[in-house]
Amino acid sequence: MKRFYDAVIIGAGPAGLAAALSLKRNGIEKILLVEREGYCGGVLTQCIHNGFGLHKFRKELTGPEYAERYIELVEKERIEILKKTIALDIIPLEEGLTLYLLSEEHGLPEVSARAVILAMGCRERNRGNLNIPGTRPEGIMTAGLAQKLVNIEGYMPGKEIVILGSGDIGLIMARRLTWEGARVKCVVELQPYPGGLMRNVVQCLNDFNIPLYLSHTVTRIMGNRRIEAVEISPTDETAGPKERGRFIESCDTLLLSVGLVPENELSLKAGVMLDPVTGGPVVDSNLMTSVPGIFACGNVLHVHDLVDYVSDEAERCGEKAALYIMGRLKKKREIPVRTGNMVRYVLPSRIDIAEPVHLSLRPIAPEENTHLLLKANGSVIYKKKYRKIMPGSMIRFEAKNIPEETESLEITFEGKTG
Amino acid sequence: MKRELLCISCPIGCSMEAEFDDNKILKLEGYQCKRGITYAEKEIFNPERMVTTTVRIEGGEIPLIPVKTESSVPKELALKVVQEASKITVKAPVKVGDVIIENILGTGVNLVATRNVKATCKAGV
Repeated sequence: MKRFYDAVIIGAGPAGLAAALSLKRNGIEKILLVEREGYCGGVLTQCIHNGFGLHKFRKELTGPEYAERYIELVEKERIEILKKTIALDIIPLEEGLTLYLLSEEHGLPEVSARAVILAMGCRERNRGNLNIPGTRPEGIMTAGLAQKLVNIEGYMPGKEIVILGSGDIGLIMARRLTWEGARVKCVVELQPYPGGLMRNVVQCLNDFNIPLYLSHTVTRIMGNRRIEAVEISPTDETAGPKERGRFIESCDTLLLSVGLVPENELSLKAGVMLDPVTGGPVVDSNLMTSVPGIFACGNVLHVHDLVDYVSDEAERCGEKAALYIMGRLKKKREIPVRTGNMVRYVLPSRIDIAEPVHLSLRPIAPEENTHLLLKANGSVIYKKKYRKIMPGSMIRFEAKNIPEETESLEITFEGKTG
Repeated sequence: MKRELLCISCPIGCSMEAEFDDNKILKLEGYQCKRGITYAEKEIFNPERMVTTTVRIEGGEIPLIPVKTESSVPKELALKVVQEASKITVKAPVKVGDVIIENILGTGVNLVATRNVKATCKAGV
């Protein structure tokens, strides 16, 4: 029997949970959360370290604590959740959206919804995305998988670890594995600067005297059954890996912490248009994708560095989806927001200038003492100074009071003001 | 004594060099604001860390429950806290904030649960 909902949310991680609560608070009653794991909370459940919630709750929480705050509220609101269930397809029809789900307990339920919120999160880049030469032994995995094994399942991935990539998950895992008795030999980073927070470099590497090789990469994997060693080479920004200074590090495990990609297979099948830069759907001011009724928020839309920002975005998404369901979502004239100097992307890339819009953006490279500028028809209408910008730190601001006659908007960083 | 420090008070991450004796900093270079001085003093004379780890749990939906020290503990005790936590097994149900080990290693700090773990449901419930 087909069941009808106002809104179906795919994924009960931080984005899905916050979106569900927001829909409910904005007057939507018939909500279904679909979650592939047997529990809610998404990746937060394996992020047992602290440092979450400083913006949202003014408190330092661990990942599971942050998740529990939302899970408790969702349970209190009696929002329906289908766990151990995946969404196979979303089919846009004239009268709404039909979803095909798959679960061990319920079989193949077919549900329909007036709106769908995509909140599937992201996935880690793996060896296949990097093309590291060498043999194909076991013992190579992403840092997030190792984190799940250690913190949720209770398995150690290995004893002698090399970590490629200095993103926060990699750094956090260096400390976690050291505490659990493994020897972390080194962390190798392609860029000349660490990918993760300074605080994690200090507390997860320096505290344990774990070397961090900047401007280096893994150029060969060795070992037959199990990985036995890696070859590490210094790199040159233009010429690539160099022979001089190359060395071999023995290990039984290689962890990869080399970036995240929004998980959008389901979105693509539904006909949602993706942005090649973010890897997530192209959305308008209302966080609605190119398919009417399908919205997106959180890491499926673009990879965030703070969960607090995911929750904020998901709340706004729920609010807009609620208006859409009630037929009160206005769509006015939209104009594109172009990216200028040093800006990798800005989201949304098209906005309705009649109302204030929250914009998120990332710089291309680190820089100190620069100004962020918003230009309307070439003239500056917003300016903010930043002492330091980094690709790892998302910048958010609210664009408002944009002159009505504006035809083009540009976000750009101006050069050093020294 | 001399030591190099990396300030973690903000994203700038100043590289600092401190010269100090047994109880005070004699010379500090490389900081850009006074938070650098506070950080260096704390880090040299009384470094503390929050510890987060896991404890085995029986009769729950998952095999491990995440825990944390309620506040930070002396840095040199961090590893010992993790080792203490690995020795015990608790029983479900456990709720966020439940004390798992009271006054761990005599620090005056409790080790508390950071996740709700329900007891495994009986069949059909």
